[in-house]
Amino acid sequence: MTARDWKNLVLGSVLLGIAALLPLTGDAYAIALGVNIAMYGVLATSWALFSGPTHYISLATAAFFGVGTYVTASGIDVLPYWALPPLAGIIGGILAGIVGLATLRLSGVYFVIFTLGLAEMIRQIVTWWQNATGHKGSYVLTDLTENHIYWQLLGVAALVYLAGWAIGRSRLGFALRIIGDDEQVASHVGINTAVSKVALFIVPGAVAAIVGAMIAPRYIYIEPSTAFTPMLSFQVVIMAMLGGTGRLWGPIVGVIPFTLLWEVISVSFPNQTTLLLGLCFLLIVYLLPNGFVGLFEKIRARALSKEAYQ
Amino acid sequence: MKRRTALKAAVAASAIVWAGAAFAADPIIVGAVAPKTGPLAGGSVVTHWPNIQLWAGEVNARGGLNVGGEMRLVEVIEYDDQTNPAETIKAITRLATQDNADIILAPYSTGLNIAAAPIMDKLGFPQITSTAATDQVGELSKQFPNMYFLLGSSSALANGAVDVMAAMRDKGEIGNRIAMVNVADAFGIELAAVAKPSFEAAGFEIVYETSYPLGTQDLSPIMKAAKAAEPDAFVAWSYPPDTFGLTEQAMIEDLNVKVFYTAVATAFPAYSAVYGPAAEGVMGIGGVNNASPEFLDYAARHEAATGEKPDYWASGMMYASLQILEQSIEDSGTLDMAVINQYIKDHSFETVMGTIDFDENNNNASYWTVGQWQGGEFKGIASTGREGVVAPVLKNGWK
Repeated sequence: MTARDWKNLVLGSVLLGIAALLPLTGDAYAIALGVNIAMYGVLATSWALFSGPTHYISLATAAFFGVGTYVTASGIDVLPYWALPPLAGIIGGILAGIVGLATLRLSGVYFVIFTLGLAEMIRQIVTWWQNATGHKGSYVLTDLTENHIYWQLLGVAALVYLAGWAIGRSRLGFALRIIGDDEQVASHVGINTAVSKVALFIVPGAVAAIVGAMIAPRYIYIEPSTAFTPMLSFQVVIMAMLGGTGRLWGPIVGVIPFTLLWEVISVSFPNQTTLLLGLCFLLIVYLLPNGFVGLFEKIRARALSKEAYQ
Repeated sequence: MKRRTALKAAVAASAIVWAGAAFAADPIIVGAVAPKTGPLAGGSVVTHWPNIQLWAGEVNARGGLNVGGEMRLVEVIEYDDQTNPAETIKAITRLATQDNADIILAPYSTGLNIAAAPIMDKLGFPQITSTAATDQVGELSKQFPNMYFLLGSSSALANGAVDVMAAMRDKGEIGNRIAMVNVADAFGIELAAVAKPSFEAAGFEIVYETSYPLGTQDLSPIMKAAKAAEPDAFVAWSYPPDTFGLTEQAMIEDLNVKVFYTAVATAFPAYSAVYGPAAEGVMGIGGVNNASPEFLDYAARHEAATGEKPDYWASGMMYASLQILEQSIEDSGTLDMAVINQYIKDHSFETVMGTIDFDENNNNASYWTVGQWQGGEFKGIASTGREGVVAPVLKNGWK
């Protein structure tokens, strides 16, 4: 590892360490916001690990998230809680692998549509199964508080950043960047594009399932309509886009201002929230096409070129 | 505006505000969170929000709530949770910590109420739910001791309908053949899962049974198949859109049954407004005591204040939950929520839905389970101990 890697690692750990102190303030409002930021931060960052380099826009987050919540909902009476998020990760990962094998040969808009349909399909399967067995409501009653959920999500965030950092330096990460630039070239230089894509698609799938498993105790009453809500998939994409997917730190830079913006709109315009959020989406896409990362790089490039000409 | 002028204006404005504050007591901040958008907005704008508007208007018109001898107006702060439990939790926390709400009302629906329970419990607010139907009342009230339940359990709601039909059959009014369908979603599945064994135990023969996905537009194959099975009674554990859709199909097919039951939204005033005399004899989930002067007076005030009639199931319970809070605050003379919670547990309350007295599980043990459209009114025909039950009538065609 180079000196710069060490610097980034220390910086990242310090920032996460500071974030972990939030519950000590005892401010319930800040913690509730913190849980949302941590949840979307983890989801958006892991989403960008795959979709950033490959440019495949996945709307499957809600599918894996929902599977995770149902792992907790159906396992909580049988297994201890701590076993459930890892189990959800394994199930989510396997599911992502199967889905990846079936769909990553699709390109562009076909892939987007398939991933969007996936959440609805799994939701229908869960509903069908509940209907066939005469299911009477899923309750996840635990002693976990918002603080516990927040710390668990930060732990997952740390793992996601480490994984992202390692992938960025690995042959796999390099291969995916080439696939993202030109898939034809990638296959001609001998990269097994299918295997590489599936291998990395598993990461956001497993992470979203783990997050779902951890959020289930927060919702307590688990219904297909809230577990598989398509809004989640769209929000994750928009937040990651706002931050920018070119850098590992990009998505979280989008998640924090977006969550706060959402909050300001909810407070100030309780009757027009959805309308104003839609307008904000349009403005973000129009004014910041490459997200904050793009803006940052542009400013830096301008500063560097100024120096060069002086 | 020049800077100095602006400064003067600001000083003058703050003086007015200060003077106003010195004369009137601070208002009581009432926090309300429920869907205004999202899948459940259609129900909450009928059942939840109008009651808050009505109640706050009435309280302020008579000078506010009497808190320990001081009359204080109520100021309602409303948030839209977009039918998303994470937003419900966040909005409640925001009401408590940023808006310094003195009271926070229970949110809307089973799912959002249960998601809100930990934060309401932590903040210490009484959560008097009027739109949550669950079989887990015991477990929930054990874990969240300040959560109260007005609407009843899903089992009792389903079994109420079974009992009504069994009594009609025993009198020889209807035969033994039941067609039963359900919407394949949480509450619909739960009701059907309870009802099926109950129907069988009561000796009914289920001659047709199916389910359909939430949001199904074309319900005519279901009604055709149900008709072909020649049932004596048709029962649908349905949600608002399919309650209307199935009724429409039954009229088209001229389904000839003695009992026609649809679940959620049958008790909405819109049901009778849409179908007019064809709604006569239709049974549905819920019910009220239409002979009670308290309810009739409430319904009239609801219509005058909001322009809409209340629904004949949870609307009255929602208003009753506000009456319970009001009585607790005025009688105990405080906004200390620990005192209010103890008051709610220790007392019984006279409400528009009759007397409400919570049991040891914070449950209102007597509630309406089945109602029926009779003469343009939705009347309670079965309850778990409410007064004013009327006898059911047979469904007689769709004209």
